[in-house]
Amino acid sequence: MARHVVAAVGEIPPGGRKLVTIRGREIGVFNLDGEFYALVNRCPHQGAALCTGVVVSRLEASLPGEYRLSQPGTMLRCPWHCWEFDIRTGQSWCDPNDIKARTYAVTVEPGEALAKGPFAAETVGVAVEHDYVVLTL
Amino acid sequence: MNVTLRDHRLDDPAQSHLGFIDCDVHPYFRTPADFDPFLSERWREHRRTIGGRSRQGLAKTSLYPRMSPGNGMRGDAWPKDGGPPGSDLGLMREQLLDLFDVRYGLLAPLVGGAAAERNVEFGAAMAVAVNEWQCAAFCDPEPRLKASIQITLEHEASALAEIERRAGDGRFAQVNIPPRGLEPLGRHRYRKILAAAAAAGFPISLHLGGTSGHASTGGGWASFYHEEHPSYVQSMQTLVTSLVCEGVFDEIPDLKVVLVEGGFAWLPALAWRLDKHWKRLRDEVPALKRAPSEYIREHIWVTTQPIEEPERPADMLSTIEWIGPERVMFSTDYPHWDQDDPRYAFKVRLPEDWARMIYRENARALYRLD
Ligand code: FES
Repeated sequence: MARHVVAAVGEIPPGGRKLVTIRGREIGVFNLDGEFYALVNRCPHQGAALCTGVVVSRLEASLPGEYRLSQPGTMLRCPWHCWEFDIRTGQSWCDPNDIKARTYAVTVEPGEALAKGPFAAETVGVAVEHDYVVLTL
Repeated sequence: MNVTLRDHRLDDPAQSHLGFIDCDVHPYFRTPADFDPFLSERWREHRRTIGGRSRQGLAKTSLYPRMSPGNGMRGDAWPKDGGPPGSDLGLMREQLLDLFDVRYGLLAPLVGGAAAERNVEFGAAMAVAVNEWQCAAFCDPEPRLKASIQITLEHEASALAEIERRAGDGRFAQVNIPPRGLEPLGRHRYRKILAAAAAAGFPISLHLGGTSGHASTGGGWASFYHEEHPSYVQSMQTLVTSLVCEGVFDEIPDLKVVLVEGGFAWLPALAWRLDKHWKRLRDEVPALKRAPSEYIREHIWVTTQPIEEPERPADMLSTIEWIGPERVMFSTDYPHWDQDDPRYAFKVRLPEDWARMIYRENARALYRLD
């Protein structure tokens, strides 16, 4: 396991995302209201580039006609067959216990702490005065 | 029902898909004017000033418009030049033909509106234009792609002329007829067209779609696309039943019919039901010499996409066994949203000989490729 600096915090605004490649793996890093999450860019269904899909709310209905939009901006919809995944947990909407997209741990760390290392910088340069998104893989 | 044994994706996908024959690929135009070079001035002007009139209220879209941009396209299939998915041969090569070393791709053009055109003379002109366009835009620059002959079923003379014109032209593989039409395909008035296709060596491909002018389900209009999607199966079932009951396969023994994109797990159950009723009602259809299931097994092929995903993946094997592994052909449906990836579509490992048949050999034999 190594820590990888994948973005400066300001680079991914709330609602935004960045696709990175870490050790050959394509990963999408998402900012949900200031919290960062990372998912593999590969749908567990048939392998589409999951992290390029649209982000939608969770839509639920207890009865026909009683719709509730919950958790706005937390569900990632696959660009192929539209399976939806919770960006925070990788859980699928259709089969949350059995079908998950792989997630990765991400933290936000100050440049000052990172400057001491060790971490794999990839392509992101670190300046002490900024905060960074760090992914462990 | 919940079953614990679930194998959602084979982690070690078989390589047997490489070099497969894709029995459902959709080419699109960049703009409707792409057909103009192949229309006479009379119909060019008609297209520009009047346009298509199909048998449904919505003239410029499908019966139930799809949910995603572009009427149901795979999200990553939009060419950078702004054209619609399927219009850029380069991207089609990159995402499909070259990626999987596809041996052949059977085109299913859902464009031009020829089949459902109410002005049948315009429909006939559009059919010819779409056939020419398939060759010019796709099959000539990319010989791995094979065209499907468009016809207007309701204009017999032009349909017969078009089949005759394309007979022996190796760029064309089959005659395409949408399953939703004015009447079931087994009706006598369509018989000459079916016979002409068989005589020319062309299978008939029934790619889901078409507009009958009636509600898409047998029981009224669907509220949701979720409801509309399985209703395509009904039109497939209607046509299979019609072709069998009207004795078409006895009259045209060489007729071969491919059901494209209509699912297939239902076919054994339909055959059982037809057999059951045949035992009781055979006096009504004395022309049927054999049990309906025998005609089906002999004359009907199915393509795989959108593939069935049974909760117990191994059930796929018995389903295929009932249909006959020699009658199942792989298809992707590129670039549509519900297309299948040849590496992961089957959630169960196919026996090696079945995989060879389904990915390649069945289509090669049916379409006499190579
Ligand atoms: S590949 Fe993602 S839903 Fe099918």
